[in-house]
Amino acid sequence: MPVETAAAVRGRPPLGPDPLEPVPHRVVGCSKETDDVTTLSLESLSGATPTFAPGQFNMLTAYGVGEAAISVSSSRREAGALRHTVRAVGPVSAALCRAGLGDVVGVRGPFGTSWGVGEADLATGDVVVVAGGIGLAPLRGAIDELVHRPDPDGGRVFVVTGSRDPVQLIFGDDLEAWGRAGAVIAVTVDTAPRGWTGHVGLVTSLLRGIDFDPATTTALVCGPEIMMRFAAKSLVDRGIDPRRIRLSMERNMQCGLGWCGHCQLGPFLLCREGPILPYAGDVARLMTERER
Amino acid sequence: MDALVASHPLFAGLPEGVTSDIAACSRSVAFGPDDLLLVEGQPADTLFLVQRGRVAIEIHGADRGTLVVETVEAGGAVGWSWLFPPHRWHFDARALGPVDAIAADATCLRAKMDADDEFGRLLVTRVAEVLLERLQATRLRLLDLYGADRAG
Repeated sequence: MPVETAAAVRGRPPLGPDPLEPVPHRVVGCSKETDDVTTLSLESLSGATPTFAPGQFNMLTAYGVGEAAISVSSSRREAGALRHTVRAVGPVSAALCRAGLGDVVGVRGPFGTSWGVGEADLATGDVVVVAGGIGLAPLRGAIDELVHRPDPDGGRVFVVTGSRDPVQLIFGDDLEAWGRAGAVIAVTVDTAPRGWTGHVGLVTSLLRGIDFDPATTTALVCGPEIMMRFAAKSLVDRGIDPRRIRLSMERNMQCGLGWCGHCQLGPFLLCREGPILPYAGDVARLMTERER
Repeated sequence: MDALVASHPLFAGLPEGVTSDIAACSRSVAFGPDDLLLVEGQPADTLFLVQRGRVAIEIHGADRGTLVVETVEAGGAVGWSWLFPPHRWHFDARALGPVDAIAADATCLRAKMDADDEFGRLLVTRVAEVLLERLQATRLRLLDLYGADRAG
């Protein structure tokens, strides 16, 4: 099974003494990705080594402001600090983006399901990664591990990413590094000034031009939900089994433990049974369902 | 030329007689970097089937400079205004590097469409498929999805 079942998630060992209490972490690095996106590198004041699987998220606390769910953007191949890439869209995320070196933020987690990198079905075969905007952040750790899979003949990795314009593209250095490591990188923007020689158009338009084997391909998709919906449809049209298309679904994550119910999507409590879910079945239906 | 037209994705699968009629209107062309395929306001007289390279569809405004609204790569097609009066280009199209294309003469195509309803139906249906796809993509881009994150 590529994605953890609800039963498996429920069977996990407890997170710690009090999963509702933020653990203080110090900001040891902050880098500006774009005008409103910042990557924070965090180290626990206790010296504890971070554990996570790519695709999971933490609840980050800006003390005195509030708490927000932010996906981990670290790779497990990187030693040291825990990275989160934050876009300033509200009071909490704006406060996190303003954090400077030495500041302390709270961390609870990690929560939720992962992309499943390291599991058997992603050990071989082609992988198509589709990211929109800051949706590349939750995928960063997964891509980094996939392009360094032990068996280089096991399949190819295609990274298709889109942003509003060239200035809003994040992780340019990573994209170059993954390309050097053998991944096929395709970038598009919605609009561009003259001088941009890359692709301009919808991210799904790039999928037509890449040559993956649908029978062996797993797709990982993260971005605005409407973009994910159209990307998933395009991938199904290209012959990929919907059960092998994984989406990162987000709602109003609050407790992170499936207790409060704020993040419910149909039968799923996304903080616990998500955020990574297969496109097949309920998710495909719920993506077009209107709330009543 | 017949084989090139028949193998281009815009016309792949059409009856041989149709693609050979289109080929009879067509010639191979090549453009260097920065060459203009189309110029806004000029007569729309050609359908370009891109075989190699990338073409930028551009518009220029004095206050915003030149903006690229879309790119078309190998397998795509450039130029639809030849199909509808007043047959003038609405955008510029610029080669972003070396571009090879098939250029189909619009006057020739329109004459064949007038003379043969079935030819016209097949051609317009193929063009409409691409226009629909581009319309849907444009609608999604208008939503500015990447800027619409929830507050948190």
